[in-house]
Amino acid sequence: MDSFAYGRASGIEDALAEGSGPNTVFLAGGTELLNWLRLGIAKPERVIDLTQLTGLAEIARLPGGGLRIGALARLNDVALNDDVARGYPVLSQAILKSASAQLRNLATIGGNPFQKTRCGYFRAEEALPCNKRNPGSGCSALNGINDRHAIFGWNESCVATQPSDPATALVALDAIFVTVHREGERRIEATDFHILPGDTPHIENALRHGELIVGIELPAAAPHSAYLKLRERESYEYAVVSAAVALDLEGERISRARIALGSVALKPWRLTEAEHSLVGVSANDNAAIRKIIEGSFGEAKALTHSAYKITLAKNAAVRAVRLAARASP
Amino acid sequence: MSIGEPFSRIDGPIKVTGTARYTADLRAANMLYGVLVTASIPAGKVTGIDKGGAMLEAGVVRVLTHEDMPRARTPIAGPPFAHSFLPLQDDQIRHEGQVVALVLAESLEAAEAGARKVQVRYAPTKATMPVALAWPEIDRAAEPPRNTGYFFLEPEFSKGDAVHNLAKAPKTVATVYSQPSRHHNPMETSAVLALWEGDALTVYDSTQHVFAVQRGLAALFGIPPASVRVISQHTGGAFGVKGLIGAHEALAAQAARIAGRPVRIALSRANMYSFLGYQPRIVQKMGLGADEKGILTGITHDVVNLATVTDDYIEAATEASKALYATPTMWLRQRAERANVAMPTAMRAPGEGPGMWALESAMDELAVDLGMDPLDLRLANYAETDPATGAPWSSKKLRDAYEEGARLFGWRDRPRFPWRDGDWIVGQGMASCLMGTFRFPSRAQVRLRRDGSAVVETGTQDIGTGVLTIFPQIAADVLGIPVSAIEFKMGDTTLPEAGPTYGSSSTMGVGAAVLAAAQDVRNRLARMANLSPAEVCMADGRIGRTGAAESFSVADILERAGESEIVGTGSFDPTKHGAGYSMRTFGAIFVEVGVDPELGLLRLRRAVGSYSVGRIVNPRTARAQLLGGIVWGWGMAAMEQSAFEPSLGRFLSKNLAGVAIPVNADIPSDITVHFVDEVDEKASPIGGKGIGELGATGVAAAVANAVFHATGKRIRDLPITPEKLIA
Amino acid sequence: MEFRQHLTVVLRINGLDRQMRVDARTTLLDLLREHLALTGTKKGCNFGECGACTVHLNGRRVNSCLVLAASADGAEVTTIEGLAAAGKLHPVQQAFIDHDAFQCGFCTPGQVMSTVALIREGHTRSEAEIREWMSGNLCRCSSYPQIVAAVEAAIRVKEG
Repeated sequence: MDSFAYGRASGIEDALAEGSGPNTVFLAGGTELLNWLRLGIAKPERVIDLTQLTGLAEIARLPGGGLRIGALARLNDVALNDDVARGYPVLSQAILKSASAQLRNLATIGGNPFQKTRCGYFRAEEALPCNKRNPGSGCSALNGINDRHAIFGWNESCVATQPSDPATALVALDAIFVTVHREGERRIEATDFHILPGDTPHIENALRHGELIVGIELPAAAPHSAYLKLRERESYEYAVVSAAVALDLEGERISRARIALGSVALKPWRLTEAEHSLVGVSANDNAAIRKIIEGSFGEAKALTHSAYKITLAKNAAVRAVRLAARASP
Repeated sequence: MSIGEPFSRIDGPIKVTGTARYTADLRAANMLYGVLVTASIPAGKVTGIDKGGAMLEAGVVRVLTHEDMPRARTPIAGPPFAHSFLPLQDDQIRHEGQVVALVLAESLEAAEAGARKVQVRYAPTKATMPVALAWPEIDRAAEPPRNTGYFFLEPEFSKGDAVHNLAKAPKTVATVYSQPSRHHNPMETSAVLALWEGDALTVYDSTQHVFAVQRGLAALFGIPPASVRVISQHTGGAFGVKGLIGAHEALAAQAARIAGRPVRIALSRANMYSFLGYQPRIVQKMGLGADEKGILTGITHDVVNLATVTDDYIEAATEASKALYATPTMWLRQRAERANVAMPTAMRAPGEGPGMWALESAMDELAVDLGMDPLDLRLANYAETDPATGAPWSSKKLRDAYEEGARLFGWRDRPRFPWRDGDWIVGQGMASCLMGTFRFPSRAQVRLRRDGSAVVETGTQDIGTGVLTIFPQIAADVLGIPVSAIEFKMGDTTLPEAGPTYGSSSTMGVGAAVLAAAQDVRNRLARMANLSPAEVCMADGRIGRTGAAESFSVADILERAGESEIVGTGSFDPTKHGAGYSMRTFGAIFVEVGVDPELGLLRLRRAVGSYSVGRIVNPRTARAQLLGGIVWGWGMAAMEQSAFEPSLGRFLSKNLAGVAIPVNADIPSDITVHFVDEVDEKASPIGGKGIGELGATGVAAAVANAVFHATGKRIRDLPITPEKLIA
Repeated sequence: MEFRQHLTVVLRINGLDRQMRVDARTTLLDLLREHLALTGTKKGCNFGECGACTVHLNGRRVNSCLVLAASADGAEVTTIEGLAAAGKLHPVQQAFIDHDAFQCGFCTPGQVMSTVALIREGHTRSEAEIREWMSGNLCRCSSYPQIVAAVEAAIRVKEG
C-alpha cells in the first residue's frame, strides 16, 4: 500500500466536511478498500474511518411497513435479523451467500454496493489494460477471457459485471438508498445506484464525491422471495449468475413479480418485461413462467465466451421464481 | 506394537495452538524484508530500471536488479533448481512474472510500497504463446522433449504394434482429453529467511527438501555444502511446488550477502503464480482397441504438455497406460509444447494424475460401448504382471481393492439408471487409481538414552503428511518404548541426510532408515547384554531373548558399560530392495454425484476409495492423505483451472478469488477410505508404499463417468463447469 | 478530524492492553505478526480469500488482513495464542487433535478460531450448516471431513 493519512470521523458532519476533500475515501468494513489499496486500484491520500460513528447500525421498522437498515450494520447482523430473515428472505439469503462468515462480520450493508467488479483484468496485481481501472487503456476482456462477464448492458468500453449479491436483492426489493452529502440528503432507488459503463466505465455509481449512504429503506415485506446463486464452488465464491425474486401472490396467482439478475451486467438487471407479463400467471405454471422469462431476454447480448450465461440466467430466473413462490412467510 | 496404530499426531498441540513455527514466522536481528518485482511482459529484455521512486519510500534500503546481483559460481542447470536459469543474472525476460528486481526495506509496509514504485522499462520481443486448445493445433505445436533435467522417462515407449491392433480391433475408443494448467495453492506461500555469518550461510526455508536447497545454494556461491545450513521446521503445505529451489530462495541468500543483513522474503500469493511451478495444460489423445468381450488388444497414448522456452518439464501421463492394464501392445509418446510461460513442475499427483483422467475416462467409454459394467471391464484386463516389462509386481492387491471398494459403495447393487432427487439427477461412476513408486536414499540416527527415552534424527521435512508421528512410531516399535518417550529431530541439514518429501516416498525411504537405525541400537544393546541380535526383542525398557522370561534393563546395561546412550545408524538404499520387481500403488474410487442440469451445477454426494498400498503405519494419518487426495481429485474434476491469458502472456488471476479450490461446503463427510490388508516387503522393509498422491488419481475420471451416467454428457475437457453441463 | 500517517493505538490483545505506534497502512494481521510476534495468526493470501488470518475482533471472527490496525484502536482482539492458558488446550483445539483435523497445520489456527466462533454463533444445527459456515477457511491439505468431525465433537463437549 502507498502511504495515506488516516482520520477517524467523530460524527456524520465531520465525515461529510472532510469527505469532499480531494483524494479522500471512506472506510467502513474495509473488505474491499484494503484490497484496492494493496492492488493500487485506489490511491487515496486520506482515508476517513467511519466505523466509530454511532447510530448508523440499527435495524428499525418503519411506520407503515418496511424496514430501515443503518448503513454500518454488518452483513451478518442484517441477514440474521429476525425482521429481515422473515420479511425479506431474498436479502437474508443473498447476504449469507455473498461471502464467508468472517467477511460478513466486517462488511457493512451500506458499503457492500460499492463492491467493484471481479473481472480478472481489473483485479490483477498490476495494472492491465482496463478502462475501468485506467480510463482509455482499453478493455482486455472484450476479446479476452470473458466467460464470467456481461450479457446485458455492456459496450466496447467495458464488459464487466457488478458482483454484489446484496445489491441484487435490494434492487429486486425496490430498496431506497438514503444518502447524505454536504449539499444535502437524497433518496436513490437501488436500481439507479449502479450505472452502466457508457463512455466512463470508471464511474460506477450515482453518488457524488463525498456522499455517503447512511441507510437503506426496504418497502413492505416480501416474504415470498428467494435468492439463487450459481457457482461451481458451493460457497465463498462469486456468482456466475444469480437471481433475486420477490413475488406477491394471491392464492397461487402472481399479483406482482420483481426479478433482478446478478453478475450479468454492471448493475443488477431487472427483468421488467417479464415482471409485467407474470402478473396473473399461476406460480405453479412452470412452462408459462419459463416462456415469459425467456421472452424477456431480448436485450441480452453474449460476448465471445458468455453465451452460456444467457441460458443459465434464464434457468436461474425460472428456478428462483419457483423458490420464491414456495417460500413460506 | 506401535506400527498400525492410529496414533493422533504428535505435532497436534503445537499446530492447534499456533506455536508451530513456519518460515515467515521467524525473524532475525537486524532483518530486512524483501519484496519482489516481476516482469509484466512474457519475452524481451529489461532496458532500464528506475529505482528512484522506491528509494524515496521511507524505510526502503536497497533495490537490487540484475546489475547488482553476483553471478552464479556454477552454471544453473537443472535440478535442484526449479528452472535452468536464475533471474537477475542477466537482462533477459523469458516469461511474464519473472523476477526483475528485489526491494529490501526495514518494514514490510515499506518494502511492499517500494516494490510498487520500481519502474521497469522493457524492449519486448515476440513471445511464443500456447496454441488454441484443439488437438490438431496442439499436435502441430508439439516437439520431442529436450532433457534439461526435468523428465525422468523415455519420451516414447512401445510394445508390439499397437497402431495395427487398434486399426483391426472390433471395438475402439479414439478420443482427446484435456485439462488446464492448475496451481498447487498451498495455504502457506513460499518463504525464506537467509543469514550469513562470515562465509557460512543459514537458510530457514519452506521446502520439501532441505538437502537440495543446501547443495544448490552452495553451488551458487561456490562454497562447500557444509557451509550452508538449511532448516525447515514446518512447511505449510507444498504438493510439489516447494520441491525444487525457486528464485526467491537464491535471491534471498544473494541479497543477504549484498546487504550484510539477514533477509526474509515471504512470497505474495501473486508471486506463487508469477514464477513458481504448476501443473501445465495437458492434452492427451487416447486410443483403446478391444475385442467383443472387452479384452484390450492395444493402447495408444499421445501426450502433449505445456513447457517453457528454456526447459521441457514433462508430465508423464503415459505412465498410466504403461502400468494399469494387461495389453499385448502399447504405443506411448510424450511431447512438449513450448511457450514463454513460467516453468511447470510436479504437482499432486504428477504423471498418473493426468494420465488416469484420460485412460479411465476412455475405459468408461469402452465399457459403455460394450454394454459392460465398467468394473468388470477393468477386472477383465487385470494385469497380473507389469504390462510394459513383464516383471512381477512387488505386491498388488488391486483385485481386492476393487471388490472391497465395490462392496463398501454398493456398486454391484447400484441402480442401472440415474435417479432424481429433487432438482438433482444422481449418477455414479468409478475408476481405478494408480501411482508410481519413488524411493530415495535416506539415513537416520537413533540414540537410546539410559532413562529409556530416545532421540530419532533424520533430515526429513514436515509438510503435513504425518512423518512427525509415524517415524517415532517405527522407532518405538523396535525399541519397545512408548512413542511419547521419543524426541524426533528433523528438517535440518546438520542431521543425517534424508530424501525429499515428495513422490510419496518418505515412509519407504526415511521410514526404512529410521527402522534400520532403531534396529542397529537394538543389535548393539543385544551384544552388550551378550544376546544374539537376531533373537532379541525389546519391551518396557528391557531387552531379552524373544519368548524368554529373562530380560535385562536398558538402564542397567548402559550403566555397566559406562555409557549414557547407545547410538544406532541406519540407511535405506533403494537399489538394495526389490530389484527385478515392478512397484506401483493401486486403488479404486467410486463416486456418487448430483447434477442440476438446468443450473449447470455438479456436487459430490459420497465417495469410497479403496487402496492397495502395502502396510499402513498409521491408519489415521494415512486416511488423511488419501482423503486429501480425493478432495484434490474433486477440485481437478469440478473447478480448478488457472486461466491463461495469451494476449498478455500471463495467468489472468493470481489469487484465490479468481481461482477456485474446494471449500468445506464442497466436501461431504460421507467419504470412506479403505485399505486392503497387504504388506509389500520388497518395496521397503517397512512393508508399506507411498500414499500421498495415489488418492488424487482416478477421481476426475470417476466424476466424469458419473456425470455421463447422470446426464449422458461425456465431458472430455476439465474442469466440469456449469458452461459444459448446460451445453 | 486529524489525519495522520502514523498514530498510536491501544488494543486489548489476548487480555493485555498493548499500546503501539503504527503506520496507518499496517493491518491488524501485520501488527500481530510483525510487531507483536504473535505469529500463530497466518497470512495465506492477504486478500480475505483464505481465512488463515482469522481472529476474534470484539468477539466476532474476522479476517485480520482486512482490518487496519488504526481502525481496531480500542478493540478487543483474541488470537490463537489467547484461546487457552499456556500449556492448556481449548476443547476445540483438543477436538482438532482427536479428529485429525489438520495436516500441515498452516490453516489450523484460523480454522480453530473460526470453529470457536461458529459454536458461539450456533450455526451448527446440521453437518451442512457447519460445512457452509466453515467455508471461509480454506484447507488445501483438504482435511474438511475431519474438521467437521472436530466441530461436532467440540459441540458435544460444550453440551456435555
